[in-house]
Amino acid sequence: MTLLTGTAITKSYGTTPALRGIDLTVGEGEIVAVTGPSGCGKSTLLHCLAGILRADAGEIRYRDQDIGLWSEAARSRLRRTEFGVLFQFGQLVPELTAAENVALPLLLAGSGRREARAAALVWLDRFGVADLADKRPGAMSGGEQQRCAVARALVTEPRVVFADEPTGALDQLNGEQVLGAMVQAVREQGTSVVLVTHEAPIAAYADREIVLRDGAVDPTGLGVAP
Amino acid sequence: MSTAHVLLGLLAGGPRHGYDLKRAHDERLPQAKPLAFGQVYATLGRLERDGFVEQSGQDQESGPERTSYVLTEAGRTRLDEWLTEVEPPAPHVTSALFSRVVVALLAADADRARAYLTAQRAAHMTRLRELTSIKTASGATVGDVIAADYAIGHLDADLRWLHTTLARVADLQKEVAA
Repeated sequence: MTLLTGTAITKSYGTTPALRGIDLTVGEGEIVAVTGPSGCGKSTLLHCLAGILRADAGEIRYRDQDIGLWSEAARSRLRRTEFGVLFQFGQLVPELTAAENVALPLLLAGSGRREARAAALVWLDRFGVADLADKRPGAMSGGEQQRCAVARALVTEPRVVFADEPTGALDQLNGEQVLGAMVQAVREQGTSVVLVTHEAPIAAYADREIVLRDGAVDPTGLGVAP
Repeated sequence: MSTAHVLLGLLAGGPRHGYDLKRAHDERLPQAKPLAFGQVYATLGRLERDGFVEQSGQDQESGPERTSYVLTEAGRTRLDEWLTEVEPPAPHVTSALFSRVVVALLAADADRARAYLTAQRAAHMTRLRELTSIKTASGATVGDVIAADYAIGHLDADLRWLHTTLARVADLQKEVAA
């Protein structure tokens, strides 16, 4: 069943077009990779789909509702409850411990402090960093920080995770371990994923791939101008 | 890489004799082992026996008499079939991939070369997904993961090569046509 549908999504930065009418669907529990060369518009597409950026034209429907028409507050609430967002650099809050970072989305969604911490510890354990629960990001390696960030993106058990180059800052082995654990978790919970990457071995974790070139879907899959 | 198919591709532009085919092969596929004359004539003999080429005349310009060969209809069909196929995605096939690109340019045009690269890329991505499924399966052993990693690394190298080659098809066509 389709969970998320983008139709003719268009977005420009000033006079520079970033997306030129993108159509895509994401099924329930499906992992879709969005790939293509640097500057092809894949991150912009992810930001539009997640409701972080507003598209200039086109429609983004989530569970059959046009979220492009929603207020900023409503879209922000959606991101806290049903969407999980993950970036290349974990973007953990530096003043908070790992457990506090992971518990944060639950607290914002109204969970109690004790309940949120318990859930955070479960997710940190799942990603092999439970022993870092009381450490701040500054005392962790990049790989450890990214494991915490993945735990934070999944702790609310979102329906869709938007991941923008989630392993881009990690070495190959760390990247694989983080991604492998994330894919296993989302498969178990039936979470859909939009995975932005420019690396074929990362895209191979997805069920399907959409290749962009110059802000449009490239039917050749090569993402290179003829 | 198949020498027979490369010779068919070299004959797609018109009749050539054995010496000319050897020279064109070595020039167009510099990464391949130079063809021995014996191999050229043995391959032409097999292609003639199978009806893919036929003799088109004798040429005695400034030297010994040479037999020219021309592609038959069956030969053109065989060449076309080969260009439609993709290599089984496996490590160390870059030389075979490169041969197909060059032959597609010799026998057809840049669009044909691009169509081939596109199909090959899709086959490689499918294999990459299969290998990723193998290594992430719950019962996968470390040996399975390591073996899959090796193949994934090589397929990734091929894919990077496919992308950059696609961007260079137009330049390569100029070189091949020169």
